[in-house]
Amino acid sequence: MEEITVSIPDTVKPKLRFLEEVSAATPGVSRLEMCIQCGTCGGSCPSGADMDHTPRALFAMIRAGMRDDVLQSNAPWYCVSCYYCMVRCPQEVHVTDLMYTLKRMAIREGYTDHEAAPDFSQTFIGYVEQYGRSFELGLATRFHLAHSPLRKVGIGTLALDMFARDRLSFVPTRIKGMDGLHAILEKAKAITRDAELTGGTQLL
Amino acid sequence: MKYGYYPGCSLERNAAAYDISTRAVARTLGFELDELDDWNCCGATEYIAINKLAAYSLIGRNLALAQQQFHANGNGHLAADGRAQLIAPCSACFLNLRKADRYLQEDAKLRDTTNEALAAGGLHYDPGTVFVRHLLEMIVNDVGYDEVKRHVTKPLNGLRVASYYGCLLVRPRLGGELSDAEYPTELESLTKTLGAEVVDFPLKTHCCGGHMTQISAEVAYELIRRLLQNATEYRADVIVTICPMCQLNLDAYQTRVNQHFGTNFNLPILYFTQLMGLAFGLEPKTLGFGKEIVSAENALIKIQRSPESAAAPAPSRPRKKKEEGLPMPRMPEDEEVTA
Amino acid sequence: MSDELNLENAEERIGVYICHCGTNIAGTVDVAEVREWAEKRLKSRGVVLARDYKFMCSSLGQELIEKDITENRLTRVVVAACSPHLHENTFRTACKRAGLNPYLCELVSIREQVSWVHTDKHAATDKAKAVLSGGVERVRHHQPLEPLRVPIHPATLVVGGGIAGIQTALEIADAGRRVYLVEREPSIGGHMSQFDKTFPTLDCSACILTPKMVSAGMHPNITLMTWSEVTKVDGYVGNFAVTIKQKARCVKTDLCTGCGICQEKCPKKVIDEVYEAGLGYRKAVYTPFPQAVPKFPVIDKPNCTYFQKGTCKACEKFCPTNAIDFNQQDELITVEVGNIVLATGYDLFDARRIPHYGYGRLANVFTSLEFERLTNAAGPTNGNIVLRDGKTTPKVVGIVHCVGSRDRNYNNYCSAICCMQSLKFAHLVKERTGATVYNFYIDMRTAAKAYDEFYQRVLEEGTLFVRGRVAEVTDAARLPGEEGKLIIQVEDTLAGKQRRIPVDMVVLSAGLQSRHDSKEVAKLFGISCSADAWFIEKHPKLDPVSTMTDGVFIAGCCTGPKDIPNSVSQGAAAAARVLTYIDRGEITLEPVRASINEMKCSGCRICNNLCPFNAILFHADRMVSEVNAALCQGCGTCVAACPAGAISGTGFSNEQIMSQIEGLLLLNLNGAREKELAYA
Ligand SMILES: Cc1cc2nc3c(=O)[nH]c(=O)nc-3n(C[C@H](O)[C@H](O)[C@H](O)COP(=O)(O)OP(=O)(O)OC[C@H]3O[C@@H](n4cnc5c(N)ncnc54)[C@H](O)[C@@H]3O)c2cc1C
Ligand code: SF4
Ligand code: SF4
Ligand code: SF4
Ligand code: SF4
Repeated sequence: MEEITVSIPDTVKPKLRFLEEVSAATPGVSRLEMCIQCGTCGGSCPSGADMDHTPRALFAMIRAGMRDDVLQSNAPWYCVSCYYCMVRCPQEVHVTDLMYTLKRMAIREGYTDHEAAPDFSQTFIGYVEQYGRSFELGLATRFHLAHSPLRKVGIGTLALDMFARDRLSFVPTRIKGMDGLHAILEKAKAITRDAELTGGTQLL
Repeated sequence: MKYGYYPGCSLERNAAAYDISTRAVARTLGFELDELDDWNCCGATEYIAINKLAAYSLIGRNLALAQQQFHANGNGHLAADGRAQLIAPCSACFLNLRKADRYLQEDAKLRDTTNEALAAGGLHYDPGTVFVRHLLEMIVNDVGYDEVKRHVTKPLNGLRVASYYGCLLVRPRLGGELSDAEYPTELESLTKTLGAEVVDFPLKTHCCGGHMTQISAEVAYELIRRLLQNATEYRADVIVTICPMCQLNLDAYQTRVNQHFGTNFNLPILYFTQLMGLAFGLEPKTLGFGKEIVSAENALIKIQRSPESAAAPAPSRPRKKKEEGLPMPRMPEDEEVTA
Repeated sequence: MSDELNLENAEERIGVYICHCGTNIAGTVDVAEVREWAEKRLKSRGVVLARDYKFMCSSLGQELIEKDITENRLTRVVVAACSPHLHENTFRTACKRAGLNPYLCELVSIREQVSWVHTDKHAATDKAKAVLSGGVERVRHHQPLEPLRVPIHPATLVVGGGIAGIQTALEIADAGRRVYLVEREPSIGGHMSQFDKTFPTLDCSACILTPKMVSAGMHPNITLMTWSEVTKVDGYVGNFAVTIKQKARCVKTDLCTGCGICQEKCPKKVIDEVYEAGLGYRKAVYTPFPQAVPKFPVIDKPNCTYFQKGTCKACEKFCPTNAIDFNQQDELITVEVGNIVLATGYDLFDARRIPHYGYGRLANVFTSLEFERLTNAAGPTNGNIVLRDGKTTPKVVGIVHCVGSRDRNYNNYCSAICCMQSLKFAHLVKERTGATVYNFYIDMRTAAKAYDEFYQRVLEEGTLFVRGRVAEVTDAARLPGEEGKLIIQVEDTLAGKQRRIPVDMVVLSAGLQSRHDSKEVAKLFGISCSADAWFIEKHPKLDPVSTMTDGVFIAGCCTGPKDIPNSVSQGAAAAARVLTYIDRGEITLEPVRASINEMKCSGCRICNNLCPFNAILFHADRMVSEVNAALCQGCGTCVAACPAGAISGTGFSNEQIMSQIEGLLLLNLNGAREKELAYA
């Protein structure tokens, strides 16, 4: 925390920009600048106890331009998308949507090596990009092999139970229009890459 | 009545019981579910964490297909306001589709670029043309309790049901969801219509842990434990859900939660459509019973055993005022009762 | 065309004055250029002189005009300065002093409409010329007018007998004038009568309120009408005719001694939702509290066994003076008054709207008004702070600030009194039970005399403050020590940590909101409401107790949340305004009024309902409509609506408007439009 105090005075401009950047990258209207630091979000959050910073604290840090600390935070990765914060926020700040924005930023800027969640997301969408549908078995095996080979055992019995009840399939379903979907996603990614290069924050 | 139907990935396999029972209930109630051709995954809560535009394009493909299939030719799927109706039984799919449609309307830049991407696959979506609805909301509002009641042949007498909504149907509020973001009552009213006994379940809109079971299991186990404990405290026989993710977490991870905390919860987790099917007199087999990990056997026996009239309702609001002491505030429900 | 006009008004001598307003105008508009231009180009339009001056509104500026009127024989004056809202009266009065009819003066705005909204000096200067030219064209059609005078009836109606209304009534009555004080409940007193102690000094509420209630009840100049409501308001400032419905009390007030035997004997017990805030009981025949004024009970018909089932009459049987009269009927009484003061107060925010705070579901969650009743010696627990079971004293109490306030999902404003009220509660809990007290707040708002000192005192007493808005109140235990408790979940924002705090009792400091029927009441009295349905002042800072409707004043919480000292001040202020009117005996009204040309009126009645001030009456015999000049506020709605073009507004005639537009379009710049102007 000491570095923070030191870095505040000389970074007045970039600070403002970080707030605007986060707000612009959030779909719809984020209302981030309207936060009154009441803590309703942090109080409501089911993961609040596990987060290193509550959503409210993150928003204060965003205002202070503490980019590193914000993007290193584990908080967005503990967000379970329950949307309690969003419906309870007295200022109608789109807290959950902002959490997603911070995840994207953290991944893009390489802050997430220590996190399992981005990898899970990555694995999940890997199957979607390949087949058009999600593939639970593939996801479970590939992800858990990489992250917690030990826990695999426990998950294994669970998977067996699921097989026994025909709730897991060995092969993924592939949609017919895979080529079209592929073209769409490639185009979307191309636009995103473009925006990254040209600073088109609103698209990120 | 005819609706577009977006089952979503879960209902293909892991939540097949939901799909089967939904289609069975639709047959009884006489509404038609037209599956969206060649739909793709909605991206769950994952894609948006990686790439915004790709996530919106992925969802956008479904919306564009729905516009083509159900809106363009206006073949009887239209709501009164002219939007094509697309029913999603999975809360996560529902929210993803609903929210994308909303933000695409609000955010011109997002709309244009999403359509730019869709064009690469020969598609286009006009935000606002597809009205995404959740199955529960549609049954409650379009079919109605009275019509449901008319089809009840085997009331679920004596079955104590905790109604569990989870998050994504009731929150965030983008319009057209249930009565409240924290204390909705539709599912309770529906289960009551089926003859079951509704138990108070204060945590009914709390989180099931979502994808945390995969990422940080301990965090998820704790969330699941809270729910199971709360439902057990109120002596529920079953928890009824409206979302495949909730069902999976509470059902498949129940044993692990028991191991982790040394508890012995034993609560079957059923889909509301399964209960509807039972009350309509359909065979449990045809409703996907048997696919749950925590067996619903006992619950089924309880319904069978209990004589039709023995619906001695235990007090469903145990904390209500007793005769002595200060009066409790008047609640809207009380007025309903006295009226 | 310009020549024509020139001939027609050849005798007019117009003076033009351009104000710098320091740099407010002169910073953006080249005032000297505008002056020169006016001198030259508007000469043909009758302008005989043009001046620019640093501050036209200063005495020197005004003297300039006066001097020119006398020395240069001006017949019309145009001042280009700020908005007419601010200084129209100043310049009109200056003209009047110099012997010119004040309505021959026109004020055009080159500040709000020009210099403050533009940055391009050149374009702004051109626009100022256009605006000025419009004013000159218009002033040529002005008529000398005489203000309307109406007499003021010396009686006053006060609606609402809370502390604000009582104060108003007493001030006016003490000045020797008649007051009708109308209160819809059986007794006056309002919310203050429900409290035990009042912040910040902790005076006993009843001790300071009762004397005022008694004075109001006994005052020879106050006609107290409780259990009554206003149903109809006719007339206008100085001359209102108000119809009041006096609900049947079923008790003869000339016989009743207020002994209370009927209440004792009445077998029908009902929950008192108003005075006891739902926490206590009363009978079907009741006075809401022992010190009620007047002392006479009322029979609450919907709850009375006799009225519902046809038998009982216990009250009648036992009444020692035979005062019970089941046959009394509602009565309509009409009174004439010159002024009206509304002091209808507030409602408490309904905490059931926030289900995650548990009110109504969790027994030991209380609202602030319920808590007031718990602490009140005359309340259902004789002042003992206990849980809903009626006996257990809480060991830990959590007080939740900002319930339903400062929240876009409910009321988006600060309710102003609840921080202090929460501190008062913290003190009372400590004092009476010794319990541990937590206050959960977002910001501590204690900004009035002796308020922050009270906060200091409560801090000193050991109340624990948690800065964080409460997320939820639940009985779902999760951790050891939570079983059987209410758990307050909150982020302690100063510690940056989520906390779960088990307590025995939760008090929700619900906000203040407008009366549920305030929109209807506003309509009845012809005043307006804000989006939150508070009554709107004529000016929020400079005229806080007047409304846009002459003769209707507002005081206390009906205009927005406030504490008792402010409610009382407003009550007194409204009284002072009323007394000023009464003492003057008559009032002058702006002569800017609509009038209907009977020859043109087709009797279609379109205007009748459109008039927001109900100023248009219809003569069925002659099939024509007529504007009541005293009611008309000159808004112009009817003028625009009349399909026959039969209505014109004094000061806003078609001629005046059309020529102003012509002037704006600079038709007289060399007789043709010199160039297009960009209006931003
Ligand atoms: C819990 C709580 C505690 C408080 N404690 C304090 C305190 O300690 N100190 C302090 O300074 N302030 C306190 N306040 C604020 C205080 O209550 C108000 O400032 C004060 O009561 C306002 O007085 P009023 O006359 O404007 O309104 P009210 O007290 O609301 O009186 C309005 C009256 O008008 C009547 N009425 C309403 N509509 C009509 C109608 N259409 N026709 C006829 N009659 C009508 C009502 O019946 C009522 O009698 C507290 C507020 C609350 C909620
Ligand atoms: S709830 Fe809203 S206003 Fe309060 S701290 Fe969170 S984001 Fe800010
Ligand atoms: S949506 Fe995420 S950040 Fe918000 S309360 Fe839920 S878990 Fe916490
Ligand atoms: S007649 Fe009505 S008011 Fe009188 S005692 Fe009976 S119930 Fe009470
Ligand atoms: S006065 Fe205090 S408690 Fe009341 S709304 Fe304002 S900040 Fe909240």
